[in-house]
Formats: sequence, structure tokens, C-alpha cells
Amino acid sequence: MQNETKARVEQLTSPAGHPVAVLRFEGDIASTSKDAVIGTYLLLPKETKLVLLDFTKVDYINSSGIALVIQLLIEASNSGQKVSAFGLSAHFTKVFTMVGIPKYAGLFADQAAALAAL
Amino acid sequence: MSESKSTTAPKPTTVEVRVPSRLGFEKVVMSTAASVAKLMGFREERIEDLKTAVAEACINAIEHGNRLNEKLSVGVVLSAGADALEVKVMDDGKGMNRQPGKLDKLNKPDIDRKMRGEEVPRGLGMFLIQALVDEAEWVAGDEANSSYVRLVIRLDKDAE
Repeated sequence: MQNETKARVEQLTSPAGHPVAVLRFEGDIASTSKDAVIGTYLLLPKETKLVLLDFTKVDYINSSGIALVIQLLIEASNSGQKVSAFGLSAHFTKVFTMVGIPKYAGLFADQAAALAAL
Repeated sequence: MSESKSTTAPKPTTVEVRVPSRLGFEKVVMSTAASVAKLMGFREERIEDLKTAVAEACINAIEHGNRLNEKLSVGVVLSAGADALEVKVMDDGKGMNRQPGKLDKLNKPDIDRKMRGEEVPRGLGMFLIQALVDEAEWVAGDEANSSYVRLVIRLDKDAE
């Protein structure tokens, strides 16, 4: 019943010239998404300092999925990485904000806005 | 000449759904609840709130109430009244071991504690339910009755 989570990594450069790893998610983000979310994040090179999470193609995120995002933020914080996210719907931007995520990951409307803030 | 008016409130329209205790089937209930809310005239923003709250209630029933036992099902009754939609999500298990009644305060997660590892990242479902609907009540079952959570989301006449 759940749409399988797909994740891929793309390497970009910010307007300020910094290398950025973008994790692009697709499908649902739920309890079954651990390999896609955490597994893909853990494959990033250790020297990665800036990470963007792309939720543009994600339709459904439940509380277990949000918990995986928090787990990713904990890992990133422990590695000294800065994380931002973009592409969330207005509803999920509200939900992420209610949970307190913007304190640890900036939320942006789109990739251009997220990159410009780095 | 006096005009006689009925003082009896119209009977709510009910829709019932039953889904297996398998994660993912909460989306069937989400879609049904969204369709009913749309017919009632809820704003899109409130329908999104309802979808998340209903999904989380179903996930709790599947995971904690029925303990992922696919032989058990989750029953959902949507009652569309004149100015509110009530959703009851019932499990066949022992429920969440909560006392009957409303939770008296919002069970707000602490992101700082989670980030420091002092609180598990999970445990957000009940907070989201409480935060997104107008009323949320957990009722523990007994030998004869199922446990259920009852949610109410009101039509805001000024804003709808």
C-alpha cells in the first residue's frame, strides 16, 4: 500500500561556491523508509559539510518518517554538517515546524532558495 | 400565525471503513476521510490536517492496539454533522493502555532533547493528532468493548 521510498544523491555547488550534497527523495516516507533515508545519507562522503533534503516528489510523510528525518539531523549534527530542506508542501512545512525541525534544518520553498541561503 | 420549527438536530451521515492491521492501509482511511470532509465543505488546509491526524490514529491502532496482527482489523466511523466531522478509530486489541478521557495537555515533543539523544526521535503521532484537530479523546477498551480514539474537526463557518 505504501509507495516505496526512493532516494538518490546529486552533488551541486552553491552560488557561494560550496559543494552541496542533495538527497532527492521520492514516494512515501514512513517506518519502512529507513534504508532510503538513513542508508542513503550514510553513503555521503565524510567530507560533506552541506546537505540538502529534497522533498519535492514526496506525497506522504507520517510520524515515523519525521522521526527518520530527525535521526538524520542527529547524525548530521554529530558530523558537523549543515542540513536544509526544500520542496515540502505547505501542510508538511507546518508539521515540520510544529515539531521544531526548523531549529536544526532550514526549510525552503525550492532548491534555488535553499542553495542561496548556504 | 406561528411557524413550527423542529428542535431535533439532523442525524449525522455516517461512513464506515474497515482496514487490515497492515501499515500502509491508513492511506485508505485518509482518502475516505478527505472525501467526506471535501463533501462537507472543509478548506483544503483543514483537510490536510485531518488526513495526517486520521493517518496517525490508524497507525497507532495498527501498531499499538492490534500489534500488527493482520488477523485483527481497524474500524473507522466517520460521522458528518452539520458543523463538524467526528472520526472514531477502533482497534480490536487492548488499546494504548490509557485512561479514558481527554488528554489534558498537549504532549509536545522536545526537539532539543531528541537531538541530544535524551528523547527518542519517535513518539510524535499523538502530538500531531492533538495539534491538528479540535478534539482528541482516547478511550481504553475492556473485555467487551474495543479501544478507540475519537477525533473531532469543526467547520469554521467564517473561514470555510
